[in-house]
Amino acid sequence: MTDVWRFLFEQGWAVSLLKGSAVTLGLGLLGMCVGLIVALPLAIVRWREVYLLGRLVEAYTMLVRSIPGLLIIYLIFFGSVQVVDQIGAFFGFQSALRSAYPFLMGVLAISIISSAYSVEVLRGALATIPEGLIEASKSLAMPRKAIYLRIVLPLMLRNALSGINNVWQMTIKDTSLVSVVGLGELMRTAALAAGISRSPLAFYLIAGLVFLLITWLSQRLFRVCEVHLNRGFRGAR
Amino acid sequence: MDMDLLQEAIPFLLKGAQVTLLIGLFGVLVGLPLGVLLALLRLSGRPWVVTCCSAFSGFFRGTPLLVQLFILYYGFGQLEFVRHNPVLWWVVGSSLNCAVLTVVLNTVAYTSEIFRGGFQSIPHGLVEAAQACGMSKWVTFLRVRFPLALRQALPAYGNEIAIIVKESSLASTITVLEITGYAKRLMSETFAIIEIFVIASVFYLVINLVAMLLVRQFEHYLSGGVKATRKIRI
Repeated sequence: MTDVWRFLFEQGWAVSLLKGSAVTLGLGLLGMCVGLIVALPLAIVRWREVYLLGRLVEAYTMLVRSIPGLLIIYLIFFGSVQVVDQIGAFFGFQSALRSAYPFLMGVLAISIISSAYSVEVLRGALATIPEGLIEASKSLAMPRKAIYLRIVLPLMLRNALSGINNVWQMTIKDTSLVSVVGLGELMRTAALAAGISRSPLAFYLIAGLVFLLITWLSQRLFRVCEVHLNRGFRGAR
Repeated sequence: MDMDLLQEAIPFLLKGAQVTLLIGLFGVLVGLPLGVLLALLRLSGRPWVVTCCSAFSGFFRGTPLLVQLFILYYGFGQLEFVRHNPVLWWVVGSSLNCAVLTVVLNTVAYTSEIFRGGFQSIPHGLVEAAQACGMSKWVTFLRVRFPLALRQALPAYGNEIAIIVKESSLASTITVLEITGYAKRLMSETFAIIEIFVIASVFYLVINLVAMLLVRQFEHYLSGGVKATRKIRI
Protein backbone atom coordinates (compact mmCIF):
# COMPACT_ATOMS: atom_id res chain seq x y z
CA MET A 1 0.00 0.00 0.00
CA THR A 2 2.82 2.39 0.88
CA ASP A 3 4.38 1.49 -2.46
CA VAL A 4 1.31 2.65 -4.32
CA TRP A 5 1.25 5.82 -2.24
CA ARG A 6 4.86 6.55 -3.17
CA PHE A 7 4.17 5.92 -6.83
CA LEU A 8 1.18 8.21 -6.80
CA PHE A 9 2.64 11.20 -5.02
CA GLU A 10 6.43 11.03 -5.15
CA GLN A 11 6.78 9.88 -8.73
CA GLY A 12 3.93 11.99 -10.00
CA TRP A 13 1.52 9.32 -11.20
CA ALA A 14 -1.35 11.12 -9.51
CA VAL A 15 -0.86 14.05 -11.88
CA SER A 16 -0.67 11.70 -14.87
CA LEU A 17 -3.87 10.02 -13.79
CA LEU A 18 -5.55 13.42 -13.45
CA LYS A 19 -4.39 14.35 -16.94
CA GLY A 20 -5.66 11.02 -18.21
CA SER A 21 -9.03 11.70 -16.61
CA ALA A 22 -9.15 15.07 -18.34
CA VAL A 23 -8.47 13.39 -21.70
CA THR A 24 -11.19 10.84 -20.97
CA LEU A 25 -13.67 13.58 -20.12
CA GLY A 26 -12.74 15.62 -23.18
CA LEU A 27 -13.02 12.59 -25.42
CA GLY A 28 -16.38 11.65 -23.96
CA LEU A 29 -17.83 15.18 -24.09
CA LEU A 30 -16.65 15.87 -27.64
CA GLY A 31 -17.79 12.46 -28.87
CA MET A 32 -21.16 12.92 -27.21
CA CYS A 33 -21.70 16.44 -28.61
CA VAL A 34 -20.66 15.54 -32.15
CA GLY A 35 -22.82 12.42 -31.89
CA LEU A 36 -25.87 14.41 -30.79
CA ILE A 37 -25.41 17.03 -33.50
CA VAL A 38 -25.22 14.32 -36.15
CA ALA A 39 -28.07 12.36 -34.60
CA LEU A 40 -30.70 15.11 -34.54
CA PRO A 41 -31.32 15.44 -38.30
CA LEU A 42 -31.06 11.67 -38.70
CA ALA A 43 -33.64 11.15 -35.96
CA ILE A 44 -36.02 13.62 -37.58
CA VAL A 45 -35.60 11.80 -40.89
CA ARG A 46 -36.53 8.54 -39.21
CA TRP A 47 -39.37 10.06 -37.24
CA ARG A 48 -41.03 11.59 -40.30
CA GLU A 49 -40.44 8.33 -42.19
CA VAL A 50 -38.82 10.10 -45.11
CA TYR A 51 -38.87 7.74 -48.06
CA LEU A 52 -35.68 5.70 -48.44
CA LEU A 53 -33.60 8.05 -46.26
CA GLY A 54 -35.41 6.81 -43.18
CA ARG A 55 -34.54 3.26 -44.13
CA LEU A 56 -30.90 4.20 -44.70
CA VAL A 57 -30.67 5.79 -41.28
CA GLU A 58 -32.29 2.71 -39.78
CA ALA A 59 -29.69 0.53 -41.46
CA TYR A 60 -26.87 2.75 -40.20
CA THR A 61 -27.99 2.68 -36.58
CA MET A 62 -28.74 -1.01 -36.76
CA LEU A 63 -25.29 -1.70 -38.16
CA VAL A 64 -23.34 0.40 -35.69
CA ARG A 65 -25.36 -0.81 -32.75
CA SER A 66 -24.70 -4.45 -33.50
CA ILE A 67 -20.95 -4.18 -34.09
CA PRO A 68 -18.67 -3.99 -31.03
CA GLY A 69 -17.12 -0.60 -30.40
CA LEU A 70 -13.69 -2.19 -30.26
CA LEU A 71 -14.02 -3.40 -33.85
CA ILE A 72 -15.07 0.08 -35.01
CA ILE A 73 -12.09 1.57 -33.22
CA TYR A 74 -9.74 -0.93 -34.87
CA LEU A 75 -11.20 -0.06 -38.27
CA ILE A 76 -10.81 3.66 -37.77
CA PHE A 77 -7.32 3.53 -36.32
CA PHE A 78 -5.73 0.91 -38.52
CA GLY A 79 -7.67 1.92 -41.59
CA SER A 80 -6.80 5.59 -41.45
CA VAL A 81 -3.15 5.72 -40.40
CA GLN A 82 -1.85 5.94 -43.94
CA VAL A 83 -4.52 8.26 -45.29
CA VAL A 84 -4.07 10.74 -42.46
CA ASP A 85 -0.32 10.62 -42.81
CA GLN A 86 -0.59 11.39 -46.51
CA ILE A 87 -2.97 14.29 -45.90
CA GLY A 88 -0.58 15.65 -43.29
CA ALA A 89 2.41 15.27 -45.62
CA PHE A 90 0.52 17.02 -48.42
CA PHE A 91 -0.30 20.08 -46.33
CA GLY A 92 2.98 20.02 -44.48
CA PHE A 93 1.76 19.64 -40.90
CA GLN A 94 2.60 15.98 -40.52
CA SER A 95 4.08 16.21 -37.04
CA ALA A 96 1.22 18.26 -35.62
CA LEU A 97 -1.29 15.86 -37.11
CA ARG A 98 0.61 12.87 -35.81
CA SER A 99 0.46 14.04 -32.21
CA ALA A 100 -3.22 14.97 -32.38
CA TYR A 101 -4.10 11.95 -34.48
CA PRO A 102 -5.05 9.43 -31.75
CA PHE A 103 -7.30 11.95 -30.04
CA LEU A 104 -9.04 13.03 -33.25
CA MET A 105 -9.57 9.45 -34.37
CA GLY A 106 -10.81 8.62 -30.87
CA VAL A 107 -13.37 11.40 -31.05
CA LEU A 108 -14.43 10.19 -34.50
CA ALA A 109 -14.87 6.60 -33.33
CA ILE A 110 -16.71 7.59 -30.16
CA SER A 111 -19.04 9.95 -32.02
CA ILE A 112 -19.88 7.31 -34.62
CA ILE A 113 -20.91 4.96 -31.83
CA SER A 114 -22.75 7.53 -29.73
CA SER A 115 -24.57 9.02 -32.72
CA ALA A 116 -26.13 5.67 -33.59
CA TYR A 117 -27.50 5.31 -30.06
CA SER A 118 -28.55 8.96 -29.91
CA VAL A 119 -30.60 8.59 -33.10
CA GLU A 120 -32.63 5.84 -31.46
CA VAL A 121 -33.10 7.85 -28.27
CA LEU A 122 -34.15 11.03 -30.08
CA ARG A 123 -36.44 9.10 -32.39
CA GLY A 124 -38.10 7.46 -29.42
CA ALA A 125 -38.57 10.85 -27.79
CA LEU A 126 -39.98 12.30 -31.00
CA ALA A 127 -42.40 9.41 -31.31
CA THR A 128 -44.02 10.31 -27.98
CA ILE A 129 -45.04 13.75 -29.26
CA PRO A 130 -48.76 13.49 -29.96
CA GLU A 131 -49.56 13.98 -33.64
CA GLY A 132 -52.43 16.21 -32.53
CA LEU A 133 -49.99 18.86 -31.33
CA ILE A 134 -48.39 19.02 -34.75
CA GLU A 135 -51.77 19.10 -36.40
CA ALA A 136 -52.78 21.95 -34.09
CA SER A 137 -49.68 23.96 -34.85
CA LYS A 138 -50.23 23.41 -38.57
CA SER A 139 -53.81 24.56 -38.24
CA LEU A 140 -52.47 27.79 -36.69
CA ALA A 141 -50.38 28.19 -39.84
CA MET A 142 -47.13 28.16 -37.90
CA PRO A 143 -44.16 28.10 -40.23
CA ARG A 144 -42.22 24.86 -40.30
CA LYS A 145 -39.23 26.36 -38.53
CA ALA A 146 -41.41 27.55 -35.67
CA ILE A 147 -43.08 24.17 -35.37
CA TYR A 148 -39.70 22.55 -34.90
CA LEU A 149 -38.17 25.18 -32.65
CA ARG A 150 -41.20 25.89 -30.49
CA ILE A 151 -43.08 22.60 -30.36
CA VAL A 152 -41.07 19.61 -31.49
CA LEU A 153 -37.60 20.20 -30.08
CA PRO A 154 -38.56 21.34 -26.56
CA LEU A 155 -40.94 18.43 -26.15
CA MET A 156 -38.34 16.07 -27.57
CA LEU A 157 -35.66 17.31 -25.20
CA ARG A 158 -37.81 16.65 -22.16
CA ASN A 159 -38.60 13.13 -23.25
CA ALA A 160 -35.12 12.36 -24.47
CA LEU A 161 -33.24 13.47 -21.38
CA SER A 162 -33.16 10.13 -19.58
CA GLY A 163 -32.17 8.39 -22.81
CA ILE A 164 -29.43 10.94 -23.45
CA ASN A 165 -28.24 10.28 -19.92
CA ASN A 166 -27.97 6.58 -20.74
CA VAL A 167 -26.08 7.25 -23.95
CA TRP A 168 -23.71 9.54 -22.07
CA GLN A 169 -23.01 6.89 -19.45
CA MET A 170 -22.29 4.44 -22.22
CA THR A 171 -20.13 6.89 -24.15
CA ILE A 172 -17.92 7.83 -21.21
CA LYS A 173 -17.36 4.14 -20.58
CA ASP A 174 -16.67 3.48 -24.26
CA THR A 175 -13.81 5.96 -24.16
CA SER A 176 -11.86 3.36 -22.21
CA LEU A 177 -11.75 1.24 -25.39
CA VAL A 178 -9.63 3.85 -27.14
CA SER A 179 -6.84 3.06 -24.69
CA VAL A 180 -6.35 -0.21 -26.57
CA VAL A 181 -4.89 1.68 -29.53
CA GLY A 182 -2.64 3.83 -27.38
CA LEU A 183 -4.34 7.14 -26.64
CA GLY A 184 -3.11 8.33 -23.25
CA GLU A 185 -6.43 8.58 -21.49
CA LEU A 186 -7.31 7.39 -18.00
CA MET A 187 -7.30 3.67 -18.69
CA ARG A 188 -4.05 3.79 -20.63
CA THR A 189 -2.35 5.79 -17.88
CA ALA A 190 -3.61 3.33 -15.29
CA ALA A 191 -2.27 0.44 -17.35
CA LEU A 192 1.14 2.11 -17.65
CA ALA A 193 1.24 2.82 -13.92
CA ALA A 194 0.11 -0.74 -13.19
CA GLY A 195 2.89 -2.12 -15.35
CA ILE A 196 5.66 -0.01 -13.84
CA SER A 197 4.58 -0.27 -10.20
CA ARG A 198 3.61 -3.94 -10.47
CA SER A 199 0.41 -3.29 -8.55
CA PRO A 200 -2.35 -3.56 -11.15
CA LEU A 201 -5.11 -4.04 -8.59
CA ALA A 202 -4.57 -0.63 -6.99
CA PHE A 203 -4.29 1.31 -10.23
CA TYR A 204 -7.21 -0.33 -12.01
CA LEU A 205 -9.32 0.21 -8.89
CA ILE A 206 -8.33 3.89 -8.97
CA ALA A 207 -9.34 4.06 -12.63
CA GLY A 208 -12.66 2.41 -11.75
CA LEU A 209 -13.23 4.91 -8.95
CA VAL A 210 -12.55 7.85 -11.25
CA PHE A 211 -15.08 6.46 -13.71
CA LEU A 212 -17.57 6.00 -10.87
CA LEU A 213 -16.99 9.59 -9.79
CA ILE A 214 -17.54 10.87 -13.34
CA THR A 215 -20.74 8.88 -13.82
CA TRP A 216 -22.03 9.80 -10.38
CA LEU A 217 -21.42 13.53 -10.85
CA SER A 218 -22.92 13.58 -14.33
CA GLN A 219 -25.91 11.62 -13.01
CA ARG A 220 -26.54 14.42 -10.50
CA LEU A 221 -26.19 17.05 -13.19
CA PHE A 222 -28.76 15.25 -15.30
CA ARG A 223 -31.10 15.07 -12.31
CA VAL A 224 -30.91 18.87 -12.02
CA CYS A 225 -31.67 19.27 -15.74
CA GLU A 226 -34.56 16.86 -15.46
CA VAL A 227 -36.14 18.84 -12.62
CA HIS A 228 -35.65 22.02 -14.61
CA LEU A 229 -37.23 20.64 -17.78
CA ASN A 230 -40.15 19.13 -15.88
CA ARG A 231 -40.95 22.27 -13.93
CA GLY A 232 -44.13 23.05 -15.89
CA PHE A 233 -45.55 19.55 -15.66
CA ARG A 234 -47.72 18.05 -13.01
CA GLY A 235 -46.23 15.40 -10.77
CA ALA A 236 -42.70 16.58 -11.41
CA ARG A 237 -40.35 15.64 -8.63
CA MET B 1 -12.63 -8.44 -52.01
CA ASP B 2 -10.76 -11.47 -53.27
CA MET B 3 -11.50 -15.09 -52.62
CA ASP B 4 -8.14 -15.97 -51.06
CA LEU B 5 -8.70 -13.49 -48.28
CA LEU B 6 -12.17 -14.88 -47.59
CA GLN B 7 -10.80 -18.39 -47.53
CA GLU B 8 -8.10 -17.39 -45.11
CA ALA B 9 -10.24 -15.28 -42.81
CA ILE B 10 -13.47 -17.21 -42.49
CA PRO B 11 -12.18 -20.37 -40.76
CA PHE B 12 -10.46 -18.23 -38.11
CA LEU B 13 -13.47 -16.03 -37.59
CA LEU B 14 -15.72 -19.09 -37.34
CA LYS B 15 -13.51 -20.39 -34.57
CA GLY B 16 -13.75 -16.99 -32.95
CA ALA B 17 -17.53 -16.98 -33.36
CA GLN B 18 -17.73 -20.12 -31.23
CA VAL B 19 -16.01 -18.35 -28.36
CA THR B 20 -18.19 -15.26 -28.81
CA LEU B 21 -21.29 -17.45 -28.75
CA LEU B 22 -20.01 -19.29 -25.69
CA ILE B 23 -19.53 -16.05 -23.76
CA GLY B 24 -22.89 -14.76 -24.98
CA LEU B 25 -24.75 -17.94 -24.00
CA PHE B 26 -23.25 -17.89 -20.52
CA GLY B 27 -24.15 -14.23 -20.26
CA VAL B 28 -27.80 -14.90 -21.04
CA LEU B 29 -28.31 -18.26 -19.33
CA VAL B 30 -26.54 -17.34 -16.09
CA GLY B 31 -27.05 -13.60 -16.21
CA LEU B 32 -30.82 -13.58 -16.70
CA PRO B 33 -31.85 -15.65 -13.64
CA LEU B 34 -29.27 -13.93 -11.44
CA GLY B 35 -30.36 -10.55 -12.75
CA VAL B 36 -34.02 -11.26 -11.95
CA LEU B 37 -32.97 -12.45 -8.49
CA LEU B 38 -30.97 -9.26 -7.91
CA ALA B 39 -33.94 -7.16 -9.07
CA LEU B 40 -36.18 -8.93 -6.54
CA LEU B 41 -33.60 -8.44 -3.79
CA ARG B 42 -33.42 -4.76 -4.61
CA LEU B 43 -37.20 -4.53 -4.30
CA SER B 44 -37.28 -6.64 -1.12
CA GLY B 45 -37.24 -3.54 1.10
CA ARG B 46 -34.65 -4.85 3.58
CA PRO B 47 -32.30 -1.90 3.95
CA TRP B 48 -29.04 -3.87 4.12
CA VAL B 49 -29.88 -6.12 1.20
CA VAL B 50 -31.03 -3.19 -0.89
CA THR B 51 -27.87 -1.19 -0.13
CA CYS B 52 -25.55 -4.08 -0.97
CA CYS B 53 -27.33 -4.95 -4.19
CA SER B 54 -27.50 -1.31 -5.27
CA ALA B 55 -23.80 -0.91 -4.60
CA PHE B 56 -23.04 -4.00 -6.68
CA SER B 57 -25.19 -2.79 -9.53
CA GLY B 58 -23.85 0.76 -9.23
CA PHE B 59 -20.24 -0.38 -9.46
CA PHE B 60 -20.77 -2.62 -12.46
CA ARG B 61 -22.90 -0.07 -14.30
CA GLY B 62 -20.70 2.87 -13.41
CA THR B 63 -17.36 1.52 -14.58
CA PRO B 64 -16.32 0.33 -18.04
CA LEU B 65 -16.21 -3.40 -18.63
CA LEU B 66 -12.56 -3.01 -19.56
CA VAL B 67 -11.77 -1.77 -16.03
CA GLN B 68 -13.69 -4.65 -14.47
CA LEU B 69 -11.93 -7.13 -16.72
CA PHE B 70 -8.48 -5.76 -15.86
CA ILE B 71 -9.25 -5.62 -12.14
CA LEU B 72 -10.24 -9.28 -12.17
CA TYR B 73 -7.63 -10.60 -14.56
CA TYR B 74 -4.54 -8.54 -13.74
CA GLY B 75 -5.51 -7.19 -10.31
CA PHE B 76 -6.81 -10.31 -8.59
CA GLY B 77 -4.34 -12.45 -10.51
CA GLN B 78 -1.58 -10.66 -8.61
CA LEU B 79 -2.87 -11.52 -5.11
CA GLU B 80 -1.14 -14.38 -3.30
CA PHE B 81 -4.21 -15.98 -1.74
CA VAL B 82 -5.97 -16.06 -5.12
CA ARG B 83 -2.98 -17.78 -6.68
CA HIS B 84 -2.95 -20.45 -3.98
CA ASN B 85 -6.69 -21.09 -3.98
CA PRO B 86 -7.39 -23.63 -6.75
CA VAL B 87 -11.02 -22.58 -7.30
CA LEU B 88 -10.29 -18.86 -7.49
CA TRP B 89 -7.24 -19.46 -9.62
CA TRP B 90 -9.28 -21.59 -12.01
CA VAL B 91 -11.55 -18.57 -12.56
CA VAL B 92 -9.01 -15.75 -12.57
CA GLY B 93 -6.04 -17.61 -14.00
CA SER B 94 -7.67 -18.54 -17.29
CA SER B 95 -8.45 -15.61 -19.54
CA LEU B 96 -11.59 -17.19 -21.00
CA ASN B 97 -13.08 -18.02 -17.59
CA CYS B 98 -12.25 -14.56 -16.39
CA ALA B 99 -13.92 -12.97 -19.42
CA VAL B 100 -17.05 -15.09 -18.94
CA LEU B 101 -17.23 -14.18 -15.25
CA THR B 102 -16.84 -10.46 -15.94
CA VAL B 103 -19.47 -10.46 -18.68
CA VAL B 104 -21.89 -12.37 -16.42
CA LEU B 105 -21.36 -10.01 -13.46
CA ASN B 106 -21.76 -7.01 -15.73
CA THR B 107 -24.95 -8.23 -17.36
CA VAL B 108 -26.43 -9.23 -13.98
CA ALA B 109 -26.15 -5.60 -12.91
CA TYR B 110 -27.86 -4.31 -16.06
CA THR B 111 -30.49 -7.05 -16.13
CA SER B 112 -31.43 -6.31 -12.53
CA GLU B 113 -32.00 -2.69 -13.49
CA ILE B 114 -34.19 -3.69 -16.44
CA PHE B 115 -36.29 -6.10 -14.42
CA ARG B 116 -36.56 -3.74 -11.47
CA GLY B 117 -38.32 -1.34 -13.82
CA GLY B 118 -40.44 -4.22 -15.10
CA PHE B 119 -41.53 -5.28 -11.62
CA GLN B 120 -42.22 -1.72 -10.58
CA SER B 121 -44.45 -1.13 -13.58
CA ILE B 122 -46.93 -3.80 -12.46
CA PRO B 123 -50.10 -2.13 -11.13
CA HIS B 124 -50.34 -2.82 -7.42
CA GLY B 125 -54.02 -3.73 -7.82
CA LEU B 126 -53.11 -6.81 -9.83
CA VAL B 127 -50.92 -8.16 -7.05
CA GLU B 128 -53.61 -7.36 -4.51
CA ALA B 129 -56.18 -9.12 -6.65
CA ALA B 130 -53.97 -12.19 -6.86
CA GLN B 131 -53.61 -12.21 -3.08
CA ALA B 132 -57.36 -11.77 -2.70
CA CYS B 133 -57.82 -14.88 -4.82
CA GLY B 134 -55.73 -16.73 -2.26
CA MET B 135 -52.61 -17.11 -4.36
CA SER B 136 -49.48 -17.74 -2.34
CA LYS B 137 -46.52 -15.42 -2.71
CA TRP B 138 -44.72 -17.88 -4.95
CA VAL B 139 -47.75 -18.49 -7.18
CA THR B 140 -48.36 -14.74 -7.44
CA PHE B 141 -44.78 -14.31 -8.55
CA LEU B 142 -44.90 -17.16 -11.05
CA ARG B 143 -48.34 -16.42 -12.50
CA VAL B 144 -48.75 -12.67 -12.22
CA ARG B 145 -45.65 -10.69 -11.41
CA PHE B 146 -43.00 -12.46 -13.45
CA PRO B 147 -44.97 -12.80 -16.73
CA LEU B 148 -46.04 -9.15 -16.62
CA ALA B 149 -42.57 -7.92 -15.73
CA LEU B 150 -41.11 -10.09 -18.47
CA ARG B 151 -43.43 -8.57 -21.05
CA GLN B 152 -42.49 -5.10 -19.89
CA ALA B 153 -38.78 -5.83 -19.76
CA LEU B 154 -38.36 -7.91 -22.89
CA PRO B 155 -37.61 -5.13 -25.41
CA ALA B 156 -34.94 -3.71 -23.11
CA TYR B 157 -33.59 -7.18 -22.42
CA GLY B 158 -33.32 -7.75 -26.17
CA ASN B 159 -30.98 -4.76 -26.28
CA GLU B 160 -29.08 -6.21 -23.36
CA ILE B 161 -28.47 -9.43 -25.30
CA ALA B 162 -26.98 -7.43 -28.16
CA ILE B 163 -24.83 -5.60 -25.61
CA ILE B 164 -23.60 -8.91 -24.15
CA VAL B 165 -22.56 -10.08 -27.60
CA LYS B 166 -20.73 -6.83 -28.23
CA GLU B 167 -19.10 -6.70 -24.81
CA SER B 168 -17.72 -10.16 -25.34
CA SER B 169 -15.36 -8.52 -27.83
CA LEU B 170 -13.44 -7.01 -24.91
CA ALA B 171 -12.27 -10.50 -24.03
CA SER B 172 -9.79 -10.05 -26.86
CA THR B 173 -7.91 -7.51 -24.71
CA ILE B 174 -6.96 -10.27 -22.29
CA THR B 175 -5.83 -12.60 -25.08
CA VAL B 176 -9.06 -14.55 -25.59
CA LEU B 177 -9.31 -15.14 -29.32
CA GLU B 178 -12.91 -14.49 -30.24
CA ILE B 179 -14.20 -12.72 -33.36
CA THR B 180 -12.61 -9.36 -32.60
CA GLY B 181 -9.39 -10.98 -31.40
CA TYR B 182 -9.00 -12.93 -34.63
CA ALA B 183 -10.09 -9.89 -36.64
CA LYS B 184 -7.35 -7.78 -35.10
CA ARG B 185 -4.78 -10.47 -35.76
CA LEU B 186 -5.91 -10.85 -39.36
CA MET B 187 -5.88 -7.07 -39.84
CA SER B 188 -2.26 -6.84 -38.78
CA GLU B 189 -1.26 -9.89 -40.81
CA THR B 190 -3.00 -9.16 -44.11
CA PHE B 191 -3.34 -5.35 -43.97
CA ALA B 192 -6.77 -5.81 -45.58
CA ILE B 193 -8.35 -3.78 -42.82
CA ILE B 194 -11.65 -2.83 -44.37
CA GLU B 195 -12.29 -6.28 -45.78
CA ILE B 196 -11.61 -8.02 -42.46
CA PHE B 197 -13.76 -5.45 -40.69
CA VAL B 198 -16.65 -6.15 -43.06
CA ILE B 199 -16.40 -9.92 -42.65
CA ALA B 200 -16.15 -9.71 -38.86
CA SER B 201 -19.08 -7.27 -38.77
CA VAL B 202 -21.18 -9.69 -40.76
CA PHE B 203 -20.52 -12.34 -38.11
CA TYR B 204 -21.67 -10.01 -35.35
CA LEU B 205 -24.64 -8.85 -37.41
CA VAL B 206 -25.80 -12.40 -37.99
CA ILE B 207 -25.50 -13.32 -34.31
CA ASN B 208 -27.33 -10.18 -33.22
CA LEU B 209 -30.01 -10.47 -35.90
CA VAL B 210 -30.80 -14.05 -34.94
CA ALA B 211 -30.96 -13.10 -31.26
CA MET B 212 -33.15 -10.11 -32.07
CA LEU B 213 -35.54 -12.12 -34.21
CA LEU B 214 -35.93 -14.69 -31.44
CA VAL B 215 -36.65 -11.95 -28.91
CA ARG B 216 -39.13 -10.28 -31.30
CA GLN B 217 -40.94 -13.57 -31.83
CA PHE B 218 -41.17 -14.08 -28.10
CA GLU B 219 -42.32 -10.49 -27.62
CA HIS B 220 -45.01 -10.99 -30.25
CA TYR B 221 -46.07 -14.17 -28.50
CA LEU B 222 -46.38 -12.36 -25.17
CA SER B 223 -48.28 -9.34 -26.44
CA GLY B 224 -50.61 -8.64 -29.35
CA GLY B 225 -49.38 -6.53 -32.26
CA VAL B 226 -49.58 -2.78 -31.71
CA LYS B 227 -51.02 -0.68 -34.51
CA ALA B 228 -48.84 2.08 -35.90
CA THR B 229 -50.21 5.62 -36.11
CA ARG B 230 -50.27 7.47 -39.40
CA LYS B 231 -47.90 10.39 -39.88
CA ILE B 232 -48.94 13.87 -40.94
CA ARG B 233 -46.54 15.74 -43.21
CA ILE B 234 -45.10 18.88 -41.71
